[in-house]
Amino acid sequence: MSEEVSAEILTTHILDLAAEGKRLDGRAPDEYRPVTVEPGFVVTADGSALVRIGDTAVVAGIKLEPGKPFADTPNAGVLTTNAELIPLSNAIFEPGPPQPGAIEVSRVVDRAIRAAETIDLTRLCVTPGEKSWVCYVDVHVLDHSGNLIDAAALAAVSALAHATVPALRFEVAEADYPLEVVHFPIECTFVRLGDTIVVDPTFDEERAAQGRLTVATDEAGRVVAMQKGLVGAFSPDDVKGVVRRAFQHGERLRALARGGSA
Amino acid sequence: MGSVGAKEVPVLLSPDGLRIDGRRLDELRPMKLSVGALHNADGSAFVEWGANKVMAAVYGPREVHPRHLQQNHKAVIQCKYNMAAFSVDERKRPGLDRRSQEISKVIGEAFESVVFAEEYPRTSIDIYIEVLQANAGTRCAGLVAASLALADAGIPMVDLLPAVAVGKVAGKIALDLKKEEDNFGEADLPMALVPQSGRLVLLQMEGHMTEPELSEALDLGVQGCRAIYEKMKEALRERYAVGPVGGSS
Repeated sequence: MSEEVSAEILTTHILDLAAEGKRLDGRAPDEYRPVTVEPGFVVTADGSALVRIGDTAVVAGIKLEPGKPFADTPNAGVLTTNAELIPLSNAIFEPGPPQPGAIEVSRVVDRAIRAAETIDLTRLCVTPGEKSWVCYVDVHVLDHSGNLIDAAALAAVSALAHATVPALRFEVAEADYPLEVVHFPIECTFVRLGDTIVVDPTFDEERAAQGRLTVATDEAGRVVAMQKGLVGAFSPDDVKGVVRRAFQHGERLRALARGGSA
Repeated sequence: MGSVGAKEVPVLLSPDGLRIDGRRLDELRPMKLSVGALHNADGSAFVEWGANKVMAAVYGPREVHPRHLQQNHKAVIQCKYNMAAFSVDERKRPGLDRRSQEISKVIGEAFESVVFAEEYPRTSIDIYIEVLQANAGTRCAGLVAASLALADAGIPMVDLLPAVAVGKVAGKIALDLKKEEDNFGEADLPMALVPQSGRLVLLQMEGHMTEPELSEALDLGVQGCRAIYEKMKEALRERYAVGPVGGSS
Protein backbone atom coordinates (compact mmCIF):
# COMPACT_ATOMS: atom_id res chain seq x y z
CA MET A 1 0.00 0.00 0.00
CA SER A 2 1.41 3.38 -0.94
CA GLU A 3 2.34 5.91 1.71
CA GLU A 4 -0.27 8.28 0.30
CA VAL A 5 -3.09 5.77 0.71
CA SER A 6 -2.12 4.73 4.22
CA ALA A 7 -1.92 8.38 5.25
CA GLU A 8 -5.43 8.87 3.84
CA ILE A 9 -6.78 5.94 5.85
CA LEU A 10 -5.08 7.20 9.00
CA THR A 11 -6.55 10.67 8.46
CA THR A 12 -10.06 9.22 8.22
CA HIS A 13 -9.48 7.23 11.39
CA ILE A 14 -8.16 10.27 13.29
CA LEU A 15 -11.19 12.33 12.21
CA ASP A 16 -13.60 9.54 13.20
CA LEU A 17 -11.97 9.31 16.64
CA ALA A 18 -12.05 13.10 17.07
CA ALA A 19 -15.79 13.12 16.42
CA GLU A 20 -16.10 11.03 19.60
CA GLY A 21 -13.68 13.29 21.48
CA LYS A 22 -10.91 10.67 21.27
CA ARG A 23 -7.35 10.71 19.96
CA LEU A 24 -5.10 8.07 18.45
CA ASP A 25 -2.69 8.14 21.40
CA GLY A 26 -5.46 8.07 23.98
CA ARG A 27 -5.21 11.70 25.00
CA ALA A 28 -8.15 13.98 25.75
CA PRO A 29 -8.65 16.89 23.29
CA ASP A 30 -7.17 19.36 25.77
CA GLU A 31 -4.33 17.12 26.97
CA TYR A 32 -0.72 18.04 26.18
CA ARG A 33 1.89 15.28 25.73
CA PRO A 34 4.53 14.92 28.47
CA VAL A 35 7.08 17.71 28.22
CA THR A 36 10.67 17.78 29.43
CA VAL A 37 13.16 20.64 29.29
CA GLU A 38 16.87 20.02 29.69
CA PRO A 39 18.81 23.30 29.92
CA GLY A 40 22.55 23.39 29.26
CA PHE A 41 22.39 20.42 26.88
CA VAL A 42 25.14 21.84 24.65
CA VAL A 43 28.09 23.23 26.56
CA THR A 44 29.71 24.99 23.58
CA ALA A 45 26.64 27.23 23.29
CA ASP A 46 26.18 30.30 25.48
CA GLY A 47 22.78 28.92 26.38
CA SER A 48 20.89 25.84 25.25
CA ALA A 49 17.98 23.56 25.93
CA LEU A 50 16.74 20.22 24.72
CA VAL A 51 12.96 20.05 24.69
CA ARG A 52 10.91 16.92 24.26
CA ILE A 53 7.18 16.98 23.68
CA GLY A 54 6.17 13.35 23.43
CA ASP A 55 8.30 11.93 20.59
CA THR A 56 9.22 15.36 19.25
CA ALA A 57 12.71 16.51 20.15
CA VAL A 58 14.18 19.94 19.49
CA VAL A 59 17.40 21.56 20.63
CA ALA A 60 17.97 25.31 20.75
CA GLY A 61 21.37 26.93 21.14
CA ILE A 62 22.26 30.57 21.82
CA LYS A 63 25.40 32.27 20.60
CA LEU A 64 26.26 35.86 21.48
CA GLU A 65 28.86 37.83 19.53
CA PRO A 66 29.81 41.50 19.50
CA GLY A 67 28.54 43.26 16.37
CA LYS A 68 27.02 46.48 15.14
CA PRO A 69 23.50 47.69 16.03
CA PHE A 70 21.07 48.36 13.17
CA ALA A 71 21.13 51.98 11.98
CA ASP A 72 17.47 52.53 12.93
CA THR A 73 17.92 51.09 16.45
CA PRO A 74 21.32 52.43 17.57
CA ASN A 75 20.60 51.75 21.24
CA ALA A 76 19.59 48.11 20.92
CA GLY A 77 21.25 44.77 20.42
CA VAL A 78 20.32 42.42 17.61
CA LEU A 79 18.31 39.20 17.95
CA THR A 80 17.90 36.66 15.16
CA THR A 81 16.06 33.37 15.25
CA ASN A 82 16.53 30.54 12.81
CA ALA A 83 15.02 27.06 12.67
CA GLU A 84 16.40 24.17 10.65
CA LEU A 85 14.16 21.25 9.75
CA ILE A 86 16.90 18.81 8.87
CA PRO A 87 16.44 15.50 6.99
CA LEU A 88 17.59 13.72 10.15
CA SER A 89 14.31 14.49 11.89
CA ASN A 90 11.82 13.03 9.44
CA ALA A 91 11.69 11.35 6.05
CA ILE A 92 9.58 14.23 4.69
CA PHE A 93 12.47 16.71 4.87
CA GLU A 94 15.03 16.93 2.08
CA PRO A 95 18.38 18.70 2.11
CA GLY A 96 18.47 22.15 0.56
CA PRO A 97 17.50 25.73 1.20
CA PRO A 98 14.88 26.34 3.93
CA GLN A 99 11.36 25.50 2.78
CA PRO A 100 8.31 27.62 3.64
CA GLY A 101 7.50 25.32 6.59
CA ALA A 102 10.88 25.95 8.24
CA ILE A 103 10.66 29.65 7.54
CA GLU A 104 7.22 29.75 9.16
CA VAL A 105 8.49 28.02 12.32
CA SER A 106 11.44 30.46 12.57
CA ARG A 107 9.29 33.49 12.03
CA VAL A 108 6.51 32.49 14.42
CA VAL A 109 9.04 31.70 17.17
CA ASP A 110 10.90 34.94 16.47
CA ARG A 111 7.65 36.92 16.54
CA ALA A 112 6.69 35.69 20.01
CA ILE A 113 10.16 36.32 21.45
CA ARG A 114 10.31 39.79 19.92
CA ALA A 115 6.76 40.93 20.67
CA ALA A 116 6.92 39.73 24.28
CA GLU A 117 10.18 41.67 24.73
CA THR A 118 11.66 38.48 26.16
CA ILE A 119 15.04 40.15 26.32
CA ASP A 120 15.53 43.86 26.91
CA LEU A 121 17.48 44.53 23.73
CA THR A 122 18.70 47.91 24.97
CA ARG A 123 20.74 46.03 27.59
CA LEU A 124 22.61 44.29 24.77
CA CYS A 125 23.94 47.63 23.55
CA VAL A 126 27.58 48.27 24.41
CA THR A 127 28.30 51.60 22.64
CA PRO A 128 25.27 53.28 20.99
CA GLY A 129 25.49 53.16 17.21
CA GLU A 130 28.86 51.40 17.37
CA LYS A 131 28.86 48.15 19.20
CA SER A 132 26.22 45.82 20.54
CA TRP A 133 25.70 42.13 21.17
CA VAL A 134 24.16 40.05 18.43
CA CYS A 135 22.15 37.20 19.91
CA TYR A 136 21.65 34.21 17.61
CA VAL A 137 18.93 31.72 18.49
CA ASP A 138 19.34 28.56 16.41
CA VAL A 139 16.80 25.78 16.66
CA HIS A 140 17.51 22.29 15.34
CA VAL A 141 14.69 19.80 15.04
CA LEU A 142 15.99 16.33 15.89
CA ASP A 143 12.80 14.32 15.84
CA HIS A 144 9.66 15.65 14.16
CA SER A 145 6.59 14.00 15.63
CA GLY A 146 4.37 17.04 15.44
CA ASN A 147 3.96 20.47 17.00
CA LEU A 148 7.33 21.89 16.05
CA ILE A 149 6.32 25.48 16.75
CA ASP A 150 5.65 24.88 20.45
CA ALA A 151 8.75 22.74 20.85
CA ALA A 152 10.98 25.25 19.05
CA ALA A 153 9.60 28.21 21.01
CA LEU A 154 9.89 26.43 24.35
CA ALA A 155 13.47 25.39 23.57
CA ALA A 156 14.37 28.93 22.47
CA VAL A 157 12.92 30.62 25.55
CA SER A 158 14.43 28.01 27.89
CA ALA A 159 17.83 28.43 26.25
CA LEU A 160 17.58 32.24 26.59
CA ALA A 161 16.59 31.90 30.23
CA HIS A 162 19.74 29.90 30.94
CA ALA A 163 22.17 31.88 28.76
CA THR A 164 25.34 33.69 29.73
CA VAL A 165 26.74 36.75 27.97
CA PRO A 166 30.38 35.81 27.13
CA ALA A 167 31.71 39.26 27.97
CA LEU A 168 35.08 38.06 29.20
CA ARG A 169 35.83 35.97 26.12
CA PHE A 170 35.22 38.93 23.83
CA GLU A 171 36.88 41.40 26.23
CA VAL A 172 33.78 43.51 26.52
CA ALA A 173 33.66 43.37 30.33
CA GLU A 174 35.63 41.95 33.25
CA ALA A 175 33.35 38.96 33.74
CA ASP A 176 30.59 36.98 32.06
CA TYR A 177 27.09 37.68 33.29
CA PRO A 178 23.69 36.02 32.89
CA LEU A 179 21.45 37.16 30.03
CA GLU A 180 18.39 38.58 31.70
CA VAL A 181 15.05 37.31 30.49
CA VAL A 182 12.30 39.84 31.22
CA HIS A 183 9.23 38.08 29.81
CA PHE A 184 8.41 34.44 29.17
CA PRO A 185 6.31 33.95 26.03
CA ILE A 186 4.92 30.44 25.53
CA GLU A 187 3.47 29.25 22.24
CA CYS A 188 0.57 26.85 22.31
CA THR A 189 -0.67 25.17 19.13
CA PHE A 190 -4.03 23.64 18.32
CA VAL A 191 -5.46 21.91 15.26
CA ARG A 192 -9.00 21.44 14.06
CA LEU A 193 -10.11 17.82 13.53
CA GLY A 194 -13.70 18.10 12.34
CA ASP A 195 -15.61 19.97 15.04
CA THR A 196 -13.01 19.19 17.70
CA ILE A 197 -10.04 21.46 18.37
CA VAL A 198 -7.19 19.55 19.99
CA VAL A 199 -4.04 20.86 21.65
CA ASP A 200 -0.46 19.77 20.88
CA PRO A 201 -1.02 17.83 17.63
CA THR A 202 1.09 14.83 16.66
CA PHE A 203 2.59 14.52 13.20
CA ASP A 204 -0.35 12.41 11.99
CA GLU A 205 -2.88 14.78 13.53
CA GLU A 206 -1.21 17.69 11.73
CA ARG A 207 -1.56 15.83 8.44
CA ALA A 208 -5.24 15.22 9.16
CA ALA A 209 -5.81 18.77 10.42
CA GLN A 210 -8.30 21.20 8.94
CA GLY A 211 -6.44 24.29 10.15
CA ARG A 212 -3.81 25.00 12.76
CA LEU A 213 -3.79 27.89 15.24
CA THR A 214 -0.88 28.96 17.44
CA VAL A 215 -1.29 31.48 20.26
CA ALA A 216 1.64 32.89 22.24
CA THR A 217 0.90 34.24 25.72
CA ASP A 218 3.18 35.73 28.33
CA GLU A 219 3.26 35.71 32.15
CA ALA A 220 1.72 39.20 32.25
CA GLY A 221 -1.56 37.91 30.78
CA ARG A 222 -0.92 39.25 27.30
CA VAL A 223 -1.40 37.57 23.94
CA VAL A 224 1.80 38.46 22.08
CA ALA A 225 1.58 36.52 18.82
CA MET A 226 -0.76 34.35 16.78
CA GLN A 227 -0.50 32.36 13.59
CA LYS A 228 -3.11 30.43 11.69
CA GLY A 229 -1.60 27.85 9.38
CA LEU A 230 -2.57 24.96 7.10
CA VAL A 231 -5.73 24.76 5.02
CA GLY A 232 -8.83 25.31 7.14
CA ALA A 233 -10.81 27.89 9.06
CA PHE A 234 -11.69 29.01 12.58
CA SER A 235 -14.66 31.07 13.73
CA PRO A 236 -14.00 34.06 16.01
CA ASP A 237 -15.53 32.02 18.86
CA ASP A 238 -13.14 29.13 18.10
CA VAL A 239 -10.27 31.62 18.32
CA LYS A 240 -11.48 33.01 21.65
CA GLY A 241 -11.76 29.48 23.08
CA VAL A 242 -8.28 28.61 21.87
CA VAL A 243 -6.84 31.77 23.45
CA ARG A 244 -8.35 30.82 26.81
CA ARG A 245 -6.85 27.32 26.61
CA ALA A 246 -3.48 28.72 25.49
CA PHE A 247 -3.27 30.78 28.69
CA GLN A 248 -3.90 27.66 30.79
CA HIS A 249 -1.31 25.47 29.07
CA GLY A 250 1.10 28.40 28.89
CA GLU A 251 1.25 28.76 32.63
CA ARG A 252 2.30 25.15 33.15
CA LEU A 253 4.83 25.14 30.31
CA ARG A 254 6.33 28.43 31.51
CA ALA A 255 7.30 26.83 34.82
CA LEU A 256 9.33 24.30 32.80
CA ALA A 257 11.02 27.02 30.74
CA ARG A 258 12.04 28.89 33.87
CA GLY A 259 13.14 25.97 35.95
CA GLY A 260 14.05 23.24 33.49
CA SER A 261 13.50 19.52 34.17
CA ALA A 262 10.10 17.84 34.13
CA MET B 1 6.47 47.29 17.55
CA GLY B 2 9.96 47.12 16.21
CA SER B 3 10.44 50.53 17.79
CA VAL B 4 13.11 49.54 20.31
CA GLY B 5 15.39 52.52 20.72
CA ALA B 6 13.55 54.40 17.94
CA LYS B 7 13.08 58.12 17.95
CA GLU B 8 10.06 60.39 18.24
CA VAL B 9 6.67 58.71 18.51
CA PRO B 10 3.90 60.66 16.73
CA VAL B 11 0.60 61.44 18.43
CA LEU B 12 -1.56 58.55 17.22
CA LEU B 13 -4.85 59.50 18.81
CA SER B 14 -6.14 63.05 19.25
CA PRO B 15 -7.98 64.10 22.46
CA ASP B 16 -11.31 63.85 20.59
CA GLY B 17 -10.54 60.24 19.59
CA LEU B 18 -9.48 60.80 15.98
CA ARG B 19 -6.54 59.02 14.40
CA ILE B 20 -3.46 60.44 12.71
CA ASP B 21 -5.33 60.76 9.39
CA GLY B 22 -8.59 61.94 10.96
CA ARG B 23 -10.34 58.55 10.93
CA ARG B 24 -12.48 57.14 13.72
CA LEU B 25 -11.31 53.92 15.38
CA ASP B 26 -13.70 51.75 13.35
CA GLU B 27 -13.19 53.50 10.02
CA LEU B 28 -11.51 51.97 6.96
CA ARG B 29 -9.12 53.85 4.70
CA PRO B 30 -10.56 54.79 1.28
CA MET B 31 -10.46 51.88 -1.12
CA LYS B 32 -10.60 51.61 -4.90
CA LEU B 33 -10.92 48.18 -6.49
CA SER B 34 -10.43 47.61 -10.22
CA VAL B 35 -11.16 44.15 -11.60
CA GLY B 36 -9.53 43.01 -14.86
CA ALA B 37 -6.67 45.48 -14.66
CA LEU B 38 -4.24 43.40 -16.76
CA HIS B 39 -4.42 42.11 -20.32
CA ASN B 40 -2.36 38.90 -20.25
CA ALA B 41 -3.44 37.29 -16.99
CA ASP B 42 -6.47 34.96 -16.84
CA GLY B 43 -7.75 37.14 -14.01
CA SER B 44 -6.46 40.29 -12.36
CA ALA B 45 -7.27 43.13 -10.02
CA PHE B 46 -5.68 46.34 -8.81
CA VAL B 47 -6.31 47.53 -5.29
CA GLU B 48 -5.63 51.03 -4.07
CA TRP B 49 -6.27 51.09 -0.35
CA GLY B 50 -5.11 54.10 1.63
CA ALA B 51 -1.59 54.61 0.31
CA ASN B 52 -1.21 50.95 -0.71
CA LYS B 53 -1.11 50.00 -4.38
CA VAL B 54 -1.25 46.27 -4.96
CA MET B 55 -1.69 44.32 -8.21
CA ALA B 56 -2.75 40.70 -8.33
CA ALA B 57 -2.82 38.32 -11.28
CA VAL B 58 -4.08 34.76 -11.59
CA TYR B 59 -2.94 32.27 -14.22
CA GLY B 60 -4.61 28.92 -14.57
CA PRO B 61 -5.74 26.29 -14.16
CA ARG B 62 -2.66 25.45 -16.24
CA GLU B 63 0.17 22.92 -16.40
CA VAL B 64 2.10 22.54 -13.15
CA HIS B 65 5.64 23.91 -12.90
CA PRO B 66 7.72 22.42 -11.40
CA ARG B 67 6.18 19.17 -12.58
CA HIS B 68 6.79 17.16 -9.39
CA LEU B 69 4.34 19.36 -7.47
CA GLN B 70 1.45 18.02 -9.58
CA GLN B 71 -1.39 16.39 -7.61
CA ASN B 72 -3.55 13.72 -9.15
CA HIS B 73 -6.75 14.58 -7.32
CA LYS B 74 -6.71 18.38 -7.25
CA ALA B 75 -5.14 21.58 -8.50
CA VAL B 76 -2.14 22.94 -6.62
CA ILE B 77 -2.48 26.56 -5.59
CA GLN B 78 0.80 28.45 -5.75
CA CYS B 79 0.95 31.94 -4.34
CA LYS B 80 3.79 34.42 -4.67
CA TYR B 81 3.65 37.67 -2.69
CA ASN B 82 6.39 40.09 -3.67
CA MET B 83 7.27 43.66 -2.76
CA ALA B 84 8.83 45.93 -5.35
CA ALA B 85 12.21 47.38 -4.33
CA PHE B 86 10.76 50.88 -4.58
CA SER B 87 7.56 50.14 -2.65
CA VAL B 88 8.94 51.21 0.74
CA ASP B 89 10.91 54.22 2.04
CA GLU B 90 14.23 52.45 2.25
CA ARG B 91 14.89 50.37 -0.87
CA LYS B 92 14.01 46.75 -0.28
CA ARG B 93 16.48 44.28 -1.66
CA PRO B 94 14.64 42.50 -4.49
CA GLY B 95 13.93 38.80 -4.38
CA LEU B 96 12.47 36.34 -1.97
CA ASP B 97 13.02 37.19 1.67
CA ARG B 98 11.66 35.18 4.58
CA ARG B 99 8.80 37.58 5.28
CA SER B 100 7.54 37.30 1.70
CA GLN B 101 7.80 33.53 1.79
CA GLU B 102 5.81 33.30 5.00
CA ILE B 103 3.13 35.65 3.68
CA SER B 104 2.96 33.69 0.41
CA LYS B 105 2.44 30.52 2.42
CA VAL B 106 -0.39 31.79 4.64
CA ILE B 107 -2.19 33.54 1.76
CA GLY B 108 -1.87 30.40 -0.38
CA GLU B 109 -3.32 28.30 2.44
CA ALA B 110 -6.17 30.78 2.89
CA PHE B 111 -7.15 30.41 -0.78
CA GLU B 112 -6.70 26.64 -0.68
CA SER B 113 -9.37 26.73 2.04
CA VAL B 114 -11.98 28.25 -0.31
CA VAL B 115 -11.09 27.27 -3.91
CA PHE B 116 -12.72 24.12 -5.31
CA ALA B 117 -9.31 22.72 -6.26
CA GLU B 118 -10.64 19.18 -6.80
CA GLU B 119 -12.43 20.45 -9.92
CA TYR B 120 -9.07 20.80 -11.70
CA PRO B 121 -6.83 17.79 -11.02
CA ARG B 122 -3.23 17.82 -12.32
CA THR B 123 -3.21 21.60 -12.82
CA SER B 124 -1.82 24.64 -11.10
CA ILE B 125 -3.60 27.84 -10.16
CA ASP B 126 -0.91 30.49 -9.81
CA ILE B 127 -1.56 33.64 -7.83
CA TYR B 128 0.88 36.53 -8.10
CA ILE B 129 0.66 39.49 -5.74
CA GLU B 130 2.89 42.47 -6.47
CA VAL B 131 3.07 45.27 -3.91
CA LEU B 132 3.96 48.45 -5.80
CA GLN B 133 3.44 50.94 -3.00
CA ALA B 134 3.28 49.91 0.64
CA ASN B 135 1.69 51.60 3.62
CA ALA B 136 0.79 48.83 6.13
CA GLY B 137 -1.76 46.13 5.47
CA THR B 138 -0.22 44.93 2.20
CA ARG B 139 -1.01 41.25 2.85
CA CYS B 140 -4.67 42.16 3.35
CA ALA B 141 -4.69 44.33 0.23
CA GLY B 142 -3.02 41.42 -1.57
CA LEU B 143 -5.70 39.01 -0.39
CA VAL B 144 -8.48 41.31 -1.56
CA ALA B 145 -6.76 41.82 -4.93
CA ALA B 146 -6.03 38.11 -5.41
CA SER B 147 -9.57 37.18 -4.42
CA LEU B 148 -10.99 39.50 -7.08
CA ALA B 149 -8.43 38.20 -9.60
CA LEU B 150 -9.53 34.60 -8.91
CA ALA B 151 -13.15 35.59 -9.44
CA ASP B 152 -12.13 37.43 -12.63
CA ALA B 153 -10.37 34.25 -13.82
CA GLY B 154 -13.61 32.33 -13.27
CA ILE B 155 -12.15 30.00 -10.62
CA PRO B 156 -14.96 28.49 -8.51
CA MET B 157 -14.69 29.36 -4.82
CA VAL B 158 -16.80 29.03 -1.71
CA ASP B 159 -16.68 32.80 -1.35
CA LEU B 160 -14.53 35.89 -1.81
CA LEU B 161 -11.99 36.59 0.92
CA PRO B 162 -12.21 40.08 2.36
CA ALA B 163 -9.28 40.86 4.66
CA VAL B 164 -8.24 43.60 7.05
CA ALA B 165 -5.80 44.22 9.87
CA VAL B 166 -6.96 45.34 13.29
CA GLY B 167 -4.48 46.82 15.73
CA LYS B 168 -4.00 48.58 19.00
CA VAL B 169 -3.18 52.24 18.77
CA ALA B 170 -2.54 54.38 21.86
CA GLY B 171 -4.28 51.72 23.94
CA LYS B 172 -7.39 51.53 21.72
CA ILE B 173 -8.46 48.82 19.29
CA ALA B 174 -8.46 50.31 15.77
CA LEU B 175 -9.46 49.06 12.32
CA ASP B 176 -7.16 49.09 9.27
CA LEU B 177 -3.83 50.47 10.50
CA LYS B 178 -1.76 52.79 8.35
CA LYS B 179 2.03 52.89 8.45
CA GLU B 180 2.60 55.16 11.43
CA GLU B 181 0.02 53.23 13.45
CA ASP B 182 1.63 49.93 12.50
CA ASN B 183 5.16 51.13 13.35
CA PHE B 184 4.32 52.81 16.64
CA GLY B 185 1.16 50.97 17.68
CA GLU B 186 1.06 48.15 20.22
CA ALA B 187 -0.37 45.30 18.14
CA ASP B 188 -1.24 44.20 14.64
CA LEU B 189 -3.74 41.46 13.81
CA PRO B 190 -4.39 40.74 10.13
CA MET B 191 -7.28 38.44 9.22
CA ALA B 192 -9.25 37.13 6.25
CA LEU B 193 -12.90 36.10 6.54
CA VAL B 194 -15.10 33.66 4.64
CA PRO B 195 -18.30 35.74 4.83
CA GLN B 196 -20.58 32.75 4.10
CA SER B 197 -19.36 30.71 7.07
CA GLY B 198 -18.17 33.53 9.32
CA ARG B 199 -14.85 31.70 9.71
CA LEU B 200 -11.31 33.04 9.45
CA VAL B 201 -8.87 31.44 6.99
CA LEU B 202 -5.99 33.80 7.69
CA LEU B 203 -5.11 35.01 11.16
CA GLN B 204 -1.84 36.36 12.47
CA MET B 205 -0.95 38.61 15.36
CA GLU B 206 2.03 40.40 16.80
CA GLY B 207 2.18 42.77 19.72
CA HIS B 208 0.41 42.88 23.06
CA MET B 209 -3.29 42.44 23.73
CA THR B 210 -5.24 41.26 26.73
CA GLU B 211 -7.90 38.58 26.24
CA PRO B 212 -10.83 41.09 26.21
CA GLU B 213 -8.94 43.34 23.77
CA LEU B 214 -8.30 40.40 21.47
CA SER B 215 -11.96 39.53 21.56
CA GLU B 216 -12.90 43.10 20.67
CA ALA B 217 -10.30 43.12 17.88
CA LEU B 218 -11.70 39.92 16.33
CA ASP B 219 -15.23 41.32 16.33
CA LEU B 220 -14.10 44.66 14.85
CA GLY B 221 -12.11 42.84 12.16
CA VAL B 222 -15.05 40.67 11.14
CA GLN B 223 -17.19 43.80 10.88
CA GLY B 224 -14.49 45.46 8.74
CA CYS B 225 -14.25 42.40 6.49
CA ARG B 226 -18.00 42.45 5.92
CA ALA B 227 -17.84 46.09 4.80
CA ILE B 228 -14.95 45.27 2.44
CA TYR B 229 -16.91 42.28 1.11
CA GLU B 230 -19.65 44.65 -0.08
CA LYS B 231 -17.09 46.79 -1.91
CA MET B 232 -15.60 43.67 -3.53
CA LYS B 233 -18.97 42.49 -4.83
CA GLU B 234 -19.66 45.99 -6.11
CA ALA B 235 -16.32 45.98 -7.99
CA LEU B 236 -17.16 42.65 -9.64
CA ARG B 237 -20.63 43.87 -10.60
CA GLU B 238 -19.10 46.97 -12.12
CA ARG B 239 -16.74 44.85 -14.23
CA TYR B 240 -19.33 42.37 -15.38
CA ALA B 241 -22.44 44.52 -15.52
CA VAL B 242 -24.61 43.73 -18.51
CA GLY B 243 -25.90 46.80 -20.30
CA PRO B 244 -29.60 47.36 -20.94
CA VAL B 245 -31.06 44.83 -23.36
CA GLY B 246 -31.27 46.21 -26.87
CA GLY B 247 -29.22 49.28 -25.93
CA SER B 248 -26.93 50.74 -28.57
CA SER B 249 -23.41 49.26 -28.36
